[in-house]
Amino acid sequence: MFSYYLNLALRSLRRNIVLTSLMVSSLALGVGSCICMLTVLRLLAGDPLPGLSAHIFFPEIDPQPATGYVPGQAKPMDAFTYVDAMNLLRTRKAHRQSAVSGFKAKIVPQSGNLDPFFTNGVMATADFFPMFGVPFRYGSGWSRSDDDGAVPVVVIADYVNDKLFGGVDSVGRMVRIGERDFRVVGVLRHWAPQPRFYSGGGYGQGDGVFLPLQSALAAGMSTQYFDCYVQGDQRDLRTAPCVWLGVWLQLDSEADAQTYQAFLTHYVGQQIRQGRFVRSDVALLGLTTWLRDEQMVPEDVRQLTRLAFGFLLICVVNTVGLLLAKCLRRAREIGVRRALGASRATIFAQFMVEAGIIGLAGGVLGLAFAQLGLWAIRHEPAEYAPLAHLDVRMFAMTFAIALVSSLVAGMLPAWRACRISPAIQVKEG
Amino acid sequence: MEIRPILSSLHKHRVPALLIVLEIALACAVLCNAVFMIGQCIAGVRAPSAIDEQGLSVISLGGIDEAHVESGMARNLAALRAIAGVQAAAAISDVPLGPDIWYDGLTARPDEESQINSSEYFLGSGGEQALGLKLLKGRFFSAEEFADSTLLPSHVSSSHVVLINESDARRMWPGESALGKQIYGDNAAWTVVGVVADVLGQDPNGNGPAGMYSSIFFPQRPSASLNHYVVRSAPQDRDRVLRDALQVLGKLEPGAVLEGKIYADMRADYFADTRDMAWMLMMVCVVMLAVTALGIVGLTSFWVGQRRRQIGIRRAVGASCANILHYFQTENFLLSTAGVVLGVVFGFAVNVYLMENYEVSRMPWYYLGCGALALWLLGQGAVLGPALRAAQVPPVVATRSV
Repeated sequence: MFSYYLNLALRSLRRNIVLTSLMVSSLALGVGSCICMLTVLRLLAGDPLPGLSAHIFFPEIDPQPATGYVPGQAKPMDAFTYVDAMNLLRTRKAHRQSAVSGFKAKIVPQSGNLDPFFTNGVMATADFFPMFGVPFRYGSGWSRSDDDGAVPVVVIADYVNDKLFGGVDSVGRMVRIGERDFRVVGVLRHWAPQPRFYSGGGYGQGDGVFLPLQSALAAGMSTQYFDCYVQGDQRDLRTAPCVWLGVWLQLDSEADAQTYQAFLTHYVGQQIRQGRFVRSDVALLGLTTWLRDEQMVPEDVRQLTRLAFGFLLICVVNTVGLLLAKCLRRAREIGVRRALGASRATIFAQFMVEAGIIGLAGGVLGLAFAQLGLWAIRHEPAEYAPLAHLDVRMFAMTFAIALVSSLVAGMLPAWRACRISPAIQVKEG
Repeated sequence: MEIRPILSSLHKHRVPALLIVLEIALACAVLCNAVFMIGQCIAGVRAPSAIDEQGLSVISLGGIDEAHVESGMARNLAALRAIAGVQAAAAISDVPLGPDIWYDGLTARPDEESQINSSEYFLGSGGEQALGLKLLKGRFFSAEEFADSTLLPSHVSSSHVVLINESDARRMWPGESALGKQIYGDNAAWTVVGVVADVLGQDPNGNGPAGMYSSIFFPQRPSASLNHYVVRSAPQDRDRVLRDALQVLGKLEPGAVLEGKIYADMRADYFADTRDMAWMLMMVCVVMLAVTALGIVGLTSFWVGQRRRQIGIRRAVGASCANILHYFQTENFLLSTAGVVLGVVFGFAVNVYLMENYEVSRMPWYYLGCGALALWLLGQGAVLGPALRAAQVPPVVATRSV
């Protein structure tokens, strides 16, 4: 039966090529632009650590003074002072924990004729690598004792290894960062979370060098992202009244998260009793919540996605109209089929098959439009642009959206068609 | 034109008529909001900034030994000024839209909390001329003020004087002259000695519209935080001047990481994402309008085909070609009007919803008006083809059986 409907539908679609191609291309344009925008949105708002992000948490406390404080309405600060970060890390209350900050690292190549260059650097503590599931090509991360001893070691990204050492196993060799030499202990495989949530955001290739926090501070490195809540000496960030470190935690269960939240409240209470803190607000945000909270995804991309769905809706309405036009034109044919014994359900099914074919064709063409759109986006100068590619999931999604929208669009015409009364149509002929 | 027969005919074809109305309404709603977003993007990209944007080149000097900054700066500047075509050169902490963001909250009264992040610029001697600031009132900094000022360990300027933006002057002291007034930060105060035409802040996209034109300038003697050199020349010389400047500085500061850019390019790069956005929106709008037009053409053609016989009869009983043409045009006009009215309501509702839930501002009424007009014209344009075909139906059709 299905193959008969298929045959009928193809015949009917062939009979009016102009109307058919109008329907297919309108649907394809809607689907194509939707997929384009969804790909960009997924790229920007996707999960930076697939498979791990559910267990990654970010605590927040508030060291700001009482000025302007309304209890219950204040938002805790989105970073830590050195003192608080170290206090939290020392307790080791979470399964894994790391204090992280981004900085600009000046690499001074010692061989060849490479000029000094800047790369994005990260200063962190040892748990950073296992917690974020960072993959290594050679060597490994550093140990906690390296952290404590401020040992001058460094983990470098694959692209830095390629640039400095031609991609060979460089573990044990030296890299000069700023004025000091650091010994390579690990070389990463490609690792570039989008966005680079742990060091100020941004898209593109990942960070270039990773240093133990204490070693970086001992070498006089300093982050350029800091926020000072009161006046004070800012030359040494270890004592300055400024927040600049992110503290990331791995908490494996809901119970662990609750325990940690209680611990945070306890910690802040303790600080208030010691007179260091005034504000008691704390927060413990999961990675995805935190990303939303920090508004890391550009708002206009969300806007564009909403717009693309509005556009798809227009395309669907358009397809409904055209399908309806087609089906009303075939009133006689339907009348004859009904008179010969076809049930309403049969007619409905026949028209839905026709709509489905339009959906599939729209999907194929939509895919082409989406690829064209993404190709255009890749040629734009935006930071995320080179990463805009269609993956398997989006590929499947294209057909799903196309099929669902065409079936939705086909429903009204099919319903109208199956309600056509056979007697009138046959009599008129 | 009699519209009653049109209405009764539309009544008979309720569903297709409603679909056209709905499609026009949706297109109108989406178009208004999209064009509004494009308008905002363009306003951002075009935001004026009262510095010599076309003549500036900026060289950032990274990773130099802080101990040698002061001695090196006079020598570097002298070398830059010696390049042919250079009109002015100075060291500065950052340029508008630059990467090294430095904010503070500044107020007109000592006990107030500021709601706005003001961008702070620290200028080395001659910085006002090198940037091309436009002085509206008061004066620029004196040589002593440059020599006396530096950054305290708390990262606050030890200067006593500042230049401020016109917008800030108006915001802080409405109706009064800002000259001689005190401006307050945390535990610090400065006297306003000059007001300049509005210069953009450091990150208007991130800082929001309120802080867009909140900029304040401090004098500063040579120090490590003045790590950008701005070089001003005639626009036609700037490429060569930048090349020469990079070469000169590369020789003088062999250990430093130099990055040079023409200011116009810096600005273009900063707004690249916004421009992309505007382009994508425009593409979506054009394609959407095309789809809507094709939809109208498709449905009307079908309609005309279905009514060939009636048209023939009308022609046979005396209607002219023009009558038939006008019939379909009027019909489309009625449908478009209904669609546009509905669309304006939709569009407004979408804007209100976005305003309440996201950081979107209110859409001015003329966007709705323009959207409505565009859809009207589109409808009339789309219907013309099928209507002309209808007008060509010969009266003889009436006499033929179907």
